[in-house]
Amino acid sequence: MSLRKFCLQTAAVADVELRKLVRDPTELASRAVQPVLWLTVFGQVMGNVRGIHGGPESYTVFLTPGILAQSVLFSAIFYGIAVIWERDLGVVHKQLVSPAYRSALVLGKAFAAGFRGLVQAGVIYVLAAAMHLPLAYGPLPVVAVLGIVVLGSALFSTFSLIIACVVKTRERFMGIGQVLTMPLFFASSAIYPLDLMPPWLRVVARFNPLTYLVDALRALMVPGSATAGLGGDVGVMAVVFALLLVLAVRVYPGLVR
Amino acid sequence: MNEQLVAEAPGRRSRTAATDGAPSIDVRSLTRRFGTFTAVDHLSFAVGSGRIFGLLGSNGAGKSTLVKMMTTLLPPTEGDALVGGVSIVADPASVRSRIGYVPQMLSADGMLTGRENLLFSARLYDVTANERKPRVDEALHFMGLDEAAGKLVKTYSGGMARRLELAQAMLHRPAVLFLDEPTIGLDPLARLAVWDRLRTMRLEFGMTVLLTTHDMEEAESLCDELAILHAGRLAVSGTAAELRTALSSTATLSDVFAHYCGGTIDKGGVFADARSPRAAPPPVTDGGGAS
Repeated sequence: MSLRKFCLQTAAVADVELRKLVRDPTELASRAVQPVLWLTVFGQVMGNVRGIHGGPESYTVFLTPGILAQSVLFSAIFYGIAVIWERDLGVVHKQLVSPAYRSALVLGKAFAAGFRGLVQAGVIYVLAAAMHLPLAYGPLPVVAVLGIVVLGSALFSTFSLIIACVVKTRERFMGIGQVLTMPLFFASSAIYPLDLMPPWLRVVARFNPLTYLVDALRALMVPGSATAGLGGDVGVMAVVFALLLVLAVRVYPGLVR
Repeated sequence: MNEQLVAEAPGRRSRTAATDGAPSIDVRSLTRRFGTFTAVDHLSFAVGSGRIFGLLGSNGAGKSTLVKMMTTLLPPTEGDALVGGVSIVADPASVRSRIGYVPQMLSADGMLTGRENLLFSARLYDVTANERKPRVDEALHFMGLDEAAGKLVKTYSGGMARRLELAQAMLHRPAVLFLDEPTIGLDPLARLAVWDRLRTMRLEFGMTVLLTTHDMEEAESLCDELAILHAGRLAVSGTAAELRTALSSTATLSDVFAHYCGGTIDKGGVFADARSPRAAPPPVTDGGGAS
């Protein structure tokens, strides 16, 4: 395997995906609405509930990394529908008939999904700044957050690609996607801390990649917050992403059979 | 070498497509089963270099499955095929660098310009950075798309989009080009333009073309040789003239098709198959016509 070819092919796939996204940002714009609602409505209201955290502002600060993680998840988890659509048009056939490495095709798509996540991060930072939320706005933590967002988006979009290769139709995918997203979201520390969960749910959350994404984002965006450790979070996500990538490369050709 | 019309028994090698020198496509007892259903049943034939070879057959006859195997999208259950002299079983990666493929649907990316679509293909096919631009310019010119190169493909007509796809498929100078119903949905003028470009491509680049079609006029006027598939088997093969003459002095190619595939009108396709050209072929229980 030529590393140079692999990198060029990965870049080629990511490049066309990004061009398309820039030319039709409708999806990105519509997905930006949801975080606004979560932060301005849900965060403000739930912050007044005793036992969650100390007041509306500090709860909204706690919530912000969780909502960014949620945006990343929701944006990436339906990526597979676009892949099924491409399969129906013959685009996937054309790419798989080319000599491009399968791994480059899959990784290129994952990187492009990462870019979607960056846009979500931008929306949330602007919103948080407008709400005067005391997050870490320095260049170093922001760049690190963007890196984590790309990794998280790539992870969940690759997971989505695998689901698409298994279910193969848009209708089935919509059903499965809905079934997966909410449990992943609620069984994580996105909107409440792990120590508020019942023990069984805490165990489930430990196996949920979203928990590690939330934890990493919280460690970077909210200085002084209690987290499990940035290094461990990134390590877990990197390992899960690598495993998903290997699986995706194996099942992707099956999408056209 | 004289070509001879033969009605094919399962597993028997077609002699009609025998050619001078090594064939570009050499299919050897190729078989594909889906569970208990055999979609392609010990198919053997050869296509000579520089020929345009047409595959006819009713829905579910096995055409798409056969093309998927030859383009390495689907591994065969049994048998093998040499495409451009390379085994699809032993070295599918090398086969992929020797072939071009145009799927049935208009699959050029509508949100990219014509030039961007071509550059993307060139990058996937490892056309070097120095060669990319001249190749893309040449392909655009060859297909008469110079002026439309900078426009988004979603603004193209069906004929323009199909010509762009042919350009994508020929950028890397493949030895063999696979086309899945290349003119389906095109108006007569666009169809003629595609035929014209295909003939010129064959002459200029010497590439072998294998296409599937339901269009008898296309099969008659474009293809050097034809094969009719029925129930996963090669029912008959030869030139269009040979196939017609063998049936009767007044027979049309449609008559030939009906003769070999007519039994499948009621039993051949299913609704799901008609809706989705990529669905797995349905079982065809009728055995008539191939004798």
